[in-house]
Parts: sequence; structure tokens; C-alpha cells
Amino acid sequence: MIHFKQVSKRFPDGYQALNNIDLNIDAGEMVFLTGHSGAGKSTLLKLIAAIDRPTSGVIAINGHNIVQLRPAALPFLRRKIGFVFQDYKLLFDRNVYENVLLPLQISGFDNKITAGRVRAALDKVGLLKKEKAMPITLSGGERQRLCIARAVVHRPLILIADEPTGNLDMAYAREIMTIFHSFHQVGVTVLIATHDASLLEENRYRVLSLQHGKFAA
Amino acid sequence: MIKAWLSQHVFVFGQALKRMVLSPVTNLLSILVMGIAFSLPVGVYILLQNLHAISGQTTVTPQMSLFFKQHATEQDIDTIRNLLQEQKRVVRIEFVSKDQALLQLQQSGGLGDIMHSLGRNPLPDAFVVDIQDANIEALDQLQTTMQGWPEIEYVQFDSVWTKRLEAILNFGRVVVLLLFALLSVAVVAVMFNTIRLQIMTRRDEIELSKLIGATDGFIRRPFLYFGAIQGLAGGITAWLIIALVLQAINDELKTLADLYAWDVHLQHLPERDSISLLLFAAWLGWLGARLAVAGHLKRIESDT
Repeated sequence: MIHFKQVSKRFPDGYQALNNIDLNIDAGEMVFLTGHSGAGKSTLLKLIAAIDRPTSGVIAINGHNIVQLRPAALPFLRRKIGFVFQDYKLLFDRNVYENVLLPLQISGFDNKITAGRVRAALDKVGLLKKEKAMPITLSGGERQRLCIARAVVHRPLILIADEPTGNLDMAYAREIMTIFHSFHQVGVTVLIATHDASLLEENRYRVLSLQHGKFAA
Repeated sequence: MIKAWLSQHVFVFGQALKRMVLSPVTNLLSILVMGIAFSLPVGVYILLQNLHAISGQTTVTPQMSLFFKQHATEQDIDTIRNLLQEQKRVVRIEFVSKDQALLQLQQSGGLGDIMHSLGRNPLPDAFVVDIQDANIEALDQLQTTMQGWPEIEYVQFDSVWTKRLEAILNFGRVVVLLLFALLSVAVVAVMFNTIRLQIMTRRDEIELSKLIGATDGFIRRPFLYFGAIQGLAGGITAWLIIALVLQAINDELKTLADLYAWDVHLQHLPERDSISLLLFAAWLGWLGARLAVAGHLKRIESDT
């Protein structure tokens, strides 16, 4: 599903974020990506969604090489991916329901099915009762779950999360991981970047460790 | 598929309207600015059209009247008749004697009694001649020539003013066109600025939308609708401003027209021109929005 071949990313200021990376994640797999901050985790995730472009190498998502993708084709790649952003990127001028509705509007879903989809996603993360609430009134854990609901509402093939438990206490973090686990069980490819060691200990999933832009042995 | 597309457009249209209602003062102000900007050239244009209609009612063939001095004799009249016949530009000659003129005057108005009380006929003998159509300079020259003829008191040029009016109107049309072009640019600039501010306040939404797979068209659409709706509203405002001004002018004109038993009132734009105005206004709003969005989308893209 996600395939990297000799991928490097060097930023214009000369910083080498990723150095000759090979990576293969199968469809339906759940993988953790770990490493100290600045090890290139976020960069790797951004390359998958073509938010950033590699300096060299080949990246194939769902069998398509995305390095040479035309700008006009980018949106359709991104619709296959659900992204849980580190800074959530919630829109504070609209309520919980409307935040989750946005991806469906973007993908041009029919009005008839959007309401059901949004409520299903909110139900999955336990926010169904808060659909009319404004994001500003939500706790940190609730915001994180709202972000997850928004990432999965359009049923992406791949779910990517950048430090999804970063600012949460242990109980919340477990809750969040249970949610990701349930997506993995229904066949979604899940990739989670985290530096939270306790999360890794509790799980038996594949762990990729990045160090200075390379995978550690 | 088409239904989904259509419902999306209807939704975006509703969003644009909603956004307009959410900040009413700012939006009403920019609509008013656009309305005033449009109403200037359109108002002048309407005035010109109405003047044209009035001048169109009068004859186009220039006519001159040559009035003799009071003591002019039968012989003087013959001399002038000969001179007139030699003029190439004169196409028709009609002699109106002072008795004939008096008779006409007595029949036409209520002035007969006054004339009677004067005791003698104060009117001069006159020639009324039709002149071949020509430019103003030639006609003016002819008038000067005739003025110099013996025993001619005064040569009156009856319809030269319509010619002059036409020339002024043509000049006016050029002015209107320039004014319209200039103020159209102003409207686009107003719209550009409005949309630019909107994009800045909705930057988060645009950024996020791009990250989760929105096409440029999707992001652009609400702004374009907003621009077009505001442009349209500006056009409607202009139309209403003009309607109000015309109403006021016509009320005044009516008093004047009643005094002179002259039926005159200013007409608003005909239906077709009104629709053209509104469509053009909407298009300008759209254009301003399009330009603003094009520049800023690119900048946001390179930032993410």
C-alpha cells in the first residue's frame, strides 16, 4: 500500500531529513513510526500525502507513483488518505458536526448519505452527543478524537496520525489507541508516528525506528 | 452525479449568502460603493439617451429664416430671391410675406388680440429656406454670407442646435465609455480587496481543505459566488439609485413641462440594457474575486 524506494529529502536550508529510505507497508497493516523529535517522522508522513516532495527516490501509494503527480491529481490522492494532524487543524468557526462534514463536501458526497456518515464517525470516537458543540469548548482528548473522526469519515484506504497522543494523559492515550485499533480491524492501513514509548510496549505491531533520517536496525 | 454537483453549488451559493449576512455593515458598504460607482456612468448614459430621443423628434434638414428690414421693398425681395437661387445648398425657397405671417400668428396663438391692438403689423417679410444637409462649419459660413446681403435684418438658423447637440452627444458617449471603463476597474479593485480580506480570515480553512483533498475549484467556488452576488447587488443598487434620481428629476420636469405644455420626462434604462447592466456588474464582481483568489491560492500552496 505504501512503498518507498531510496527516498531522500533535503530541505532548501541543507538539512537532510530523510536519507535513502526503503519502506514497505502492506494493505491493512498497522505500523508505528518512532524516533526522537527531528528524526524525520513528520517529513515521512508528509511525503506519503504529497504535502511535501522528496528530493530523490520513488514513492508509490496504492500502486501509483506519486512523485511525478500533476498538481491537478493531488486532491484525489489525498482523498484516499485520512490525516490526523499533530496540531489538529480544527476549524473554530463551525461546530463539531460541520468539522467532520468538510471532507465529505470536498469529495462531493451526496447530501443524503453525508449525515449518516458524519454521525457514524462521531459515534466511533464517542462524540455523537457533542455534534452541536463548538470545538473551542472541547477538551484536549475530545479535540483529538474530533480530528480522528474527520480523518476517517470519508473512509480512506490509509490512516496517518502524527503524534496522536502527544498532549494526552495515559488514559486518554489508551482510548485513542483503541480507536485506531478498530480501524485496523476493518482493513484500513494505519501508520502512527509517536515518540511515546509506553504506547509501543503495550502493542505487538511492527515498529519502525527513525534515527537521523535512516531506519535503525 | 449531476445532482450531487448541483446540490454542492446550491450549498456553496447558500454559504456565500450566509457569509454576506454575517458581516452586514462591511458588505453593505462595499455594495453601496459599487452601486455608486456604476450609477455615475450609467446615469450620464441615460441622460444622453434621453437628450438623443428629444433631439430625434425635431427635423434633421437644416432650415434658415431670412428676415427683411421693415422698409424692404418688393425689389429688394426679388434681389434676395435671385441670390438664394444662385446658392447651391439651398434646396427649397418659401416666401412668407408680413401679412401672411400676421395671419398665421393670429390663427395659431392667443396673440391675435395683442397684434390687433398694435395698430400696425410689426412683422417683417421673410424667406424660409431648406438647406442641403452639411457640416456645421459650412452651415455657419452660409449664415454669415446671408447675413451680409442687402436689406436683411437677421438670418435665423432654425435647426442647427440639433446638429450641435448631436456632436455634444457623441462626445458625451466617449466620456461615458471612458468613465465606465475606469469605474469598472474600481469595482474590480473593491471586489479584489474584499475577497483578499476574506481569504486572509479563512486561511485555516483553505489550508486544511487543500491538505484533505480539495480541488482548486472547490476552494475558489465560494469566493467566486460571493464576488458575483456582491457585483449583482452593486448593479441592483446602481439601478435603484438611478431610478430614485430620475423620479426626483421627473417630478421637477413635470412642473416645467406643464407650464410649456410640453410632454417630456426621462426614461430609465430599457429592459435589455438593465439586464446587461446587472450581468456585467455580476461579472465584474466575479472577475475581482477570481483575480484575488488566483494570487492567494498560489501563495497558500507554497506555504504548506
